[in-house]
Amino acid sequence: MSKANLLDRRSVVGSLLADRKDAIAVGGLGASTYDIAAAGDHDRNFYLWGAMGGAVMIGLGIALAQPKTPVIVITGDGEMLMGIGSLATVGLQKPANLTIVVLDNEAYGETGGQASHTAGVADLVGIARSCGIANSQAMTTMAEVEAFAPDLQDVSAGPRFASVKIDGANLERVLSSRDGTFIVNRIRGALGFKPI
Amino acid sequence: MHARADAPSEHAASWPEEIFAILQRFDVRQVPYVPDAGHSELIERVLGSSSMRGIALTTEEEGVALLAGAWAGGQRGVLLMQSSGVGNCVNMLSLTQIFRLPFLTLVTMRGEWGEFNPWQVPMGSSTEAVFELSGIKVLRASHPEEVREVVEAAAGQAYNACTPTAVLLSQRLIGAKVFTK
Repeated sequence: MSKANLLDRRSVVGSLLADRKDAIAVGGLGASTYDIAAAGDHDRNFYLWGAMGGAVMIGLGIALAQPKTPVIVITGDGEMLMGIGSLATVGLQKPANLTIVVLDNEAYGETGGQASHTAGVADLVGIARSCGIANSQAMTTMAEVEAFAPDLQDVSAGPRFASVKIDGANLERVLSSRDGTFIVNRIRGALGFKPI
Repeated sequence: MHARADAPSEHAASWPEEIFAILQRFDVRQVPYVPDAGHSELIERVLGSSSMRGIALTTEEEGVALLAGAWAGGQRGVLLMQSSGVGNCVNMLSLTQIFRLPFLTLVTMRGEWGEFNPWQVPMGSSTEAVFELSGIKVLRASHPEEVREVVEAAAGQAYNACTPTAVLLSQRLIGAKVFTK
């Protein structure tokens, strides 16, 4: 299924993180992690190279621990679908500083472009809203994404959920560190925590 | 109606109360859980606590990922589940090694010690091996009087030595679930 005017994932993520300030960004397994790396390495980037389905929950754990810090989870539709119950868990906890953005190309891009459930039946915005995340929206234009980016800094009005329809292009991989202890300890260091 | 046989009652402080006190002492803040009857008293204490946040999950693997986030954000946590939930966690348990996570989970056992329900037996029988294959140290408590020292040791090595640890709370301790019509 091809649709006109789908957005470029790197432009979307670049726009969301351009003025991120102290925000912590969690990238879901696959292309989302490359997108966050492409926007620029950062002490507060949480790159995932596995743990499919866990991105939202990692973001929730950080958001609850650091309620004054904006936390943004950027992941794909396949990764989101695997952890779909976590939207209900977020809806119950209502972390005001958490934003979830799904880059939805309706396919498993890393594995050959097989169709995901969002290509057929699954409405992620509807699911998020019915899980108690009232601020859930679909975005189809860069203007909407750019208008949304400053909202991430508001740590009193979340949780927020956005699904952005992106094109299916497989872009050049931008490889981040894949050393988990380095990634986590760098974030902890940026938050002021010393090694054990 | 479900009732419990052999519920421990003579112990000075109940073992769930002792666990709660240990978690407080270790400054545990995030307590993700999938409910289990054996954890019900501890869950109630956590939900009534001002320092801990009880976080209901839809599936146990969410809790492993949550605790990775909590650690990155500077907080300690503990995952409460029953043995059948351990199977739901397997891939996510990778995070305990990848992040050298100070991971602690307290698991109420089913499928052993007078079990009535055969469906609980396969996962209950493999729970300990699943943890060990996943690189997680396993300690067990089977009697009320040993719960405190076992959970203290587990919390100590999990949080101080970043050694992922599971405590199995035996069905012998909890009491086999009684099914009546």
